[in-house]
Amino acid sequence: MTRAPRPLDLAALVRNPKTRVIVTCGSGGVGKTTTAAAMALLGAEAGRRTVVLTIDPARRLAQSMGLTELDNTPREVKGVENGQLFAMMLDMKRTFDEVVSEHSTPERAEAIFANPFYQSLSSSFAGTQEYMAMEKLGQLVAANEWDLIVVDTPPSRSALDFLDAPNRLGRFLDGKMIRLLTMPARAGGKAYLKVVTVSVGMFSKVFTKVLGSDLITDLSSFVSALESMFGGFRERAQHTYELLKTPGTSFVVVAAPEPDALREASYFVERLSSERMPLAGLIINRVHRTAPVTGAPRLTAARAEAAADALASKPASAAGALAEAALRVHVEVASAAEHDARMAKRFCAAHPEVAVIALPALPVDVHDLDGLRTIGDLLSDASG
Amino acid sequence: MTATLSFTVIWVSPEPFGPALAHGVSYCGQMSVTSIAAPAGTELVDGIPAAARLHIVTGKGGTGKTTVAAALALALAAGGRKVLLIEVEGRQAIAQLFDVPALPYGEHRLATTARGGQLWGLAIDAEEAMIEYLEMFYNLKRSARGLKKMGAVDFVTTLAPGLRDVLLTGKVKEAVTRTNPDGHLAYDVVVLDAPPTGRIRRFLDATREVANLTKFGPISRQSAGVIALLHGPQTAVHLVTLLEEMPVQETIDAAEELGEAGFQLGAVIVNRARPALISGDLLDAGGTVDVKLLTAGLRKANVAVAHADALAHEMTEYAERQEIQAENAARLAAVATPRLELPDLNPPVELGELHELAAYFTVAPS
Repeated sequence: MTRAPRPLDLAALVRNPKTRVIVTCGSGGVGKTTTAAAMALLGAEAGRRTVVLTIDPARRLAQSMGLTELDNTPREVKGVENGQLFAMMLDMKRTFDEVVSEHSTPERAEAIFANPFYQSLSSSFAGTQEYMAMEKLGQLVAANEWDLIVVDTPPSRSALDFLDAPNRLGRFLDGKMIRLLTMPARAGGKAYLKVVTVSVGMFSKVFTKVLGSDLITDLSSFVSALESMFGGFRERAQHTYELLKTPGTSFVVVAAPEPDALREASYFVERLSSERMPLAGLIINRVHRTAPVTGAPRLTAARAEAAADALASKPASAAGALAEAALRVHVEVASAAEHDARMAKRFCAAHPEVAVIALPALPVDVHDLDGLRTIGDLLSDASG
Repeated sequence: MTATLSFTVIWVSPEPFGPALAHGVSYCGQMSVTSIAAPAGTELVDGIPAAARLHIVTGKGGTGKTTVAAALALALAAGGRKVLLIEVEGRQAIAQLFDVPALPYGEHRLATTARGGQLWGLAIDAEEAMIEYLEMFYNLKRSARGLKKMGAVDFVTTLAPGLRDVLLTGKVKEAVTRTNPDGHLAYDVVVLDAPPTGRIRRFLDATREVANLTKFGPISRQSAGVIALLHGPQTAVHLVTLLEEMPVQETIDAAEELGEAGFQLGAVIVNRARPALISGDLLDAGGTVDVKLLTAGLRKANVAVAHADALAHEMTEYAERQEIQAENAARLAAVATPRLELPDLNPPVELGELHELAAYFTVAPS
């Protein structure tokens, strides 16, 4: 016998004064941004001063929240009842610039900004977006002016990038390779140098050959310029990572009832658990359901199809045509519902400890506060 | 010897090649001549150019581009071709789709199809590609492994993110142009499950950007060939979308961006399209269902009338969805490429369903 999964009570989570940070994560295209916005609105309308940090919202959803540009500034959302909701979009490059400026002298910062490697690192390094989202989150927490901060994580190729990126960038900027590259500029003779000298020679030889000497020179000067900041970067990455482990933080994983999205969700759940990160639970989004019926047994997709086919073979009539179409619609809805239920069951069997909430698929896209409220209501109802 | 040649010599697959194909590149040409006699179900639909040797499949995350890429690859193989399906995102999505263990770096046979067609799979790993690259140009096999252990390869491919994409696209080009010792092409067609639309142009043009950074050296020498292949008539870029707001918008944007950048667009592939089941006159004005009439109809079908309200509710919602689908389909008209619709099979997880989808890429037997 399978135990029913523990319901995820999101309404209670966003209202709980102890909840300070909610991080939504999941693979791309599962409705993360919308869910994050709906949770933030739910928190705000429960009287908590709330900010939602989004990464890449749908145009119309962004507009509905008054977000017209990437400017790293929280803007108050109009039309919120009984509370205050602010929304902001992450400007990755600007956030990175701020970090650099803060950790170096103005001259050094200028030199870094002008380096072609900085351009690519700050705008396209796989992980910069994740790192900067975390950096921004750290700033929002430090500002201490928010009751609730909801963060929508970047649409990563893999949900795990998000956890790895800050550490990866920290490690990367502080790593062995950087020391090797900058070595010629340092005093020799350290014991460990002897061990790596051969590698160093080979390293620069190989990469000079492959990439060309100009590139290595640029790289070297970039790395030297950044060197003063390594400590700071690492410390910050570590600090943010620790912040994610504190009791005021909750992770909410979002997935669609599809194998790929649920597989990512499984990885994420397992990873959060092994990192001892506080997981609130999983939202299975856009679940198809048949409309409830009382007084008759459930109408399966197969039975509906047989009935529709039987009608099709009878003489045409308005009633018959309508019923046939209704039954064919039910075949679609019921088979989607059967599929989604199977997917959800499979996940719950593998992760019985995870609290789960299923959100029904809405017929229309959400792009205004009313739509977000509808989702908020569903979040509250489904967990009640 | 040119850089491109040494590429070809050293980047050979660890797998032995299958029986050499008699047609090679001329196969596509032959096909158009013999298409009248060709068995039904092997002629490709409009938007999937038979002359293309590289099909790039992109789309917004969650639209099912991996599934579509695999179905397209199967369809191409079903015509008797030897096809290589490549993934570059390190997700092992091909292995999952074909239900085989994770693919170690190298080319592996996934399926054999009618008329001697073969489908092979390759999951490209940027680090391994970099090591191949070092081995190839400098015979630095041991050093390369050492560098990998030190994290140097990861370091370089990370610091210059474009470089990672250069290695990946370079390897794709190598697979497309590789020849067997007998001079025939190793693969007739290559299908690339590419990064999502948000990153696709930067990915495809990484070579061009890195060529600006590094003016000399093998990368710079090799770049011209990659740019020529990707921008040329041998390559077609296909955009996968759902009939939803965001994916449609991204598709329109990507089509414009890729078109301006000079890529040949193939088809817009609408995935998981739901059938239009409700014709205009079935619902009352205002989109409501006449429950009395429906109840009468259900009686005729021997379905318990207790279902009438629920069915009416489902029908109204479905009609709303159908209308939104139609609106989004209309917005897609902004993209002037042939459009292909794949049905919603409730995400295919098995090979049988992939074959079912593959059939949509060939002209239906008449």
